Amino acid sequence: MALMETTPDTLSAEPVPAAKPQGYWAGVAARLVRDPLTMLCAGMILALILAAIFAPWLGLADPYKGSMIARLKPLGTEGHPLGTDEQGRDMLARLIYGGRLTLFIGLMPVVTAFFLGSALGIVAGYVGGLTNTVIMRTVDVFFAFPSVLLAIAISGALGAGIVNSLVSLTIVFIPPITRVAEAVTSGVRALDYIDAARATGASAWTVIRVHVIGNVLSPIFVYATSLTSVCMILAAGLSFLGIGVRPPEPEWGLMLNTLRSAIYVNPWLSALPGVMIFVTSLCLNLLSDGLRSAMNVRD
Amino acid sequence: MSAIDYAPSPDTGGPAQPLLIVRDLQKYFPVRGGILGRAQGRVQAVDGVNFEVKKGETLGIVGESGCGKSTTAKLLIGLTEKDRGEIIFDGKALGRELPLKDLRRGVQMVFQDSYATLNPRLTILDSVAFGARVQGLPNPESLARSMMDRVGLDPDRFAHRYPHELSGGQRQRVNIARALAMSPRLVVLDEAVSALDKSVEAQVLNLLSDLREEFGLTYIFISHDLNVVRYISDRILVMYLGEVVEVAPVDAIWERQAHPYTRSLFSAMPSMDPDNRTEEPPLAGDPPNPINPPAGCRFHTRCRHASGVCKTTVPTLAGLPLNAAHRVACHLHDATSGHPEAGQGVPA
Amino acid sequence: MLTYLLRRLILVLPVAFGVSVICFLLVQIAPGDPLTAIMPVDATAEEQSAMRAAYGLDKPLPVQYAIWIGNLVQGDMGKSIATGRPVAAEVFGAVQNSLLLAVSAAVIAFPIGIFLGFLAGYFRDIWIDRAVTAVSIAGVSVPNYWLGIVLVIIFSVNLGWLPSMGAGPGGSSEWQWNWLHMRHLILPAVTLAVVPIGIVARTVRALAGDILTQDFVQALYAKGMSRADVLRHVARNAAATALSVMGLQLGYLLGGSILIETVFNWPGSGFLLSNAIFQRDLPLLQGTILVLALFFVAMNLIVDVAQAAIDPRIQRT
Repeated sequence: MALMETTPDTLSAEPVPAAKPQGYWAGVAARLVRDPLTMLCAGMILALILAAIFAPWLGLADPYKGSMIARLKPLGTEGHPLGTDEQGRDMLARLIYGGRLTLFIGLMPVVTAFFLGSALGIVAGYVGGLTNTVIMRTVDVFFAFPSVLLAIAISGALGAGIVNSLVSLTIVFIPPITRVAEAVTSGVRALDYIDAARATGASAWTVIRVHVIGNVLSPIFVYATSLTSVCMILAAGLSFLGIGVRPPEPEWGLMLNTLRSAIYVNPWLSALPGVMIFVTSLCLNLLSDGLRSAMNVRD
Repeated sequence: MSAIDYAPSPDTGGPAQPLLIVRDLQKYFPVRGGILGRAQGRVQAVDGVNFEVKKGETLGIVGESGCGKSTTAKLLIGLTEKDRGEIIFDGKALGRELPLKDLRRGVQMVFQDSYATLNPRLTILDSVAFGARVQGLPNPESLARSMMDRVGLDPDRFAHRYPHELSGGQRQRVNIARALAMSPRLVVLDEAVSALDKSVEAQVLNLLSDLREEFGLTYIFISHDLNVVRYISDRILVMYLGEVVEVAPVDAIWERQAHPYTRSLFSAMPSMDPDNRTEEPPLAGDPPNPINPPAGCRFHTRCRHASGVCKTTVPTLAGLPLNAAHRVACHLHDATSGHPEAGQGVPA
Repeated sequence: MLTYLLRRLILVLPVAFGVSVICFLLVQIAPGDPLTAIMPVDATAEEQSAMRAAYGLDKPLPVQYAIWIGNLVQGDMGKSIATGRPVAAEVFGAVQNSLLLAVSAAVIAFPIGIFLGFLAGYFRDIWIDRAVTAVSIAGVSVPNYWLGIVLVIIFSVNLGWLPSMGAGPGGSSEWQWNWLHMRHLILPAVTLAVVPIGIVARTVRALAGDILTQDFVQALYAKGMSRADVLRHVARNAAATALSVMGLQLGYLLGGSILIETVFNWPGSGFLLSNAIFQRDLPLLQGTILVLALFFVAMNLIVDVAQAAIDPRIQRT
């Protein structure tokens, strides 16, 4: 493994007394830059996010303003390059604006679950004993539900709404992240450098902060990124079922639902929001795979 | 020689008081299984171990893998909690007069070199300085740098490197620097040179000898390599299945191994000296299961001198008639034990 | 083996208990009064509390849970608020239809997934491998409810070959083994099969690839074993892991078919669930989720035991 060969030559030319050796993250970045597919996917995701954020300045049509006479115009219509939806609203604008809620509800739960699940798993794995038993047996119970079922059950009980979707999806993704964090932490916990650190008289929190977190976070992070695609599909799925985002907000899953009435009139138009979900989820999966190999994480 | 601010905790009992006294130390690990995952048995990793380490001496501990050497080491620095027994450091009993945190100032450990002994995400400097930072010592970084210099690692070259950029010998020097940066009085070296090449091993052993002299250290040196133990130790302690079977000054035990198990260990050792070869056949088979160790003398299942008494009565550790410092736990050396060969010593 | 089986059975009990607690709490987290749907709008305060007492809702939560679980073990899951029929009858009818769909999808997905995965693992790092990998990544990335719509557009709307809705002609929900009914099964089953194809192919590829590069395969070749014999060895070693992945996938198919059932109006448990959600029929919601989750727990148990039977090493952990 040629970890060290990637240091740019310019570094050694600098008047630094000792050559600055490369840390872990510099190596990860160097490997990522040389992986075109991963970079392409990262670029796509970034573009979608930026387009969603800056949508109001892109000169798009009003995504909420419909027209009774301009309903379900096909692709390539004058003024509506991607046609119009069942209420005559501009599809291009709604797809770009739709990225706002879809990406937010699709990514935020994994981010939150990453922090909460990592904390729970690291504590369970490091402390062990009864704490471990209580946390991990509770996690086991949540594993008894397929993720789709759990998300729908909680969202269904709570009712539609953005906050409810975020809550139910976060609950869905905490247990798997906790399980991975616990497994990785238990492994690190058994290594000699943890014993050496404990032998200095350091508190459990200091040992976790200095010696555990840095060594467990990348596998947990990579695992969490692999969940983003599922979370996206689930988030849009909740809206598709009508228990996520409420109309008239633009959201890809909800658009897919409301456009189902159009499949006999303008079939390919009605499939467009799904294309967005598919492409995003594909990019997220490929990005996660790329990160996994760049970070040297094995399954 | 750079001046190192080596500030160990002060000597309290004077040179005559042993630095470490271990009394009746015991550690069993539960083995889970069965339908409900209950403890089904206990591995008797360390069972009733007694020994002393004098100030400034090096005690070598030898034995097969699984005999409880490493568990003993972890018990001594408080990484594993003991079930029973006393650890008395310079006259103060751990848990009573001596809090665990203070013990950790006084006792440090050097692990067998493996990739796992150093945190791969920390620079060498951060690893060495960690303990000093935790203990709130002044200038942990400059202390770490001078300690790196002392163990033969140029701080300017190595301070900001990561463990994977170092060789095994260099990593082991880092491990030693890390332990010494805490200014301990006792250092437990658990297979500290076992993974190194022979030439590197010699360098590290010499370094350890120098450091012992310079800082007035006391060592417990755990190894399976008798030649290495002989080189560095003053006394040797032999363990078998969690128990001490023999303890003696290094010259005495080299001259005469009193316990049949020690004899087998020595005979398994390749010797360059044809006169120094024992006729004892090397050990056959694996050690018995430590969950259910044999009754009586634990070695009787593999001992060719075993008789009835060995199967029923546990021998006690006692000094030999000619040399009280040479202690052995074997019925052969106890004239009153009822062993048919008792009192004759181990037949040569 | 018997010890393992017993231990595994006992371990299931706390999980099943936890599942029942979560299902019970589902109703508690629901906003609003669970009786709103059936309470007359003009009910007086006395009438309201009388009704509450009649449903046991005036008692503390643990008591309510005990009553609920007591009824549950006698097969009484309450009555659907919307239809007034017993929840148990509604759920079991629907689960049969879901099971039919899930098993059909599995029958399509597993052989294809295993074949593709084995192909990729055997011809590692050449174009076959890359093509299979691309297919499996696409398979796990596709939102299957959208894929269902696309298939409907192609095969129902454009080509007119297959029906797009229901489980039988004229909205019949009584399944029969004839072509008229089976036509309705094809599109949802194929849609549902796509994700497990991707996952099974990925798993089998990794297994076959790993095992083929292991030393013992070299040793088998060195011993003069034929290519076919080596393949048979490889297959048996991978079987335990592959089996567990597939067992879990079957569980996911049943629990995860809700979106597909909605797309195709398939009268299964998912369809029932979405009706329960929109009619705020909480007893029905609770009952459906409980049955599906317990089925998934049972599936996990069967997979673990079967895996241990194939690969005795697992019993020791």
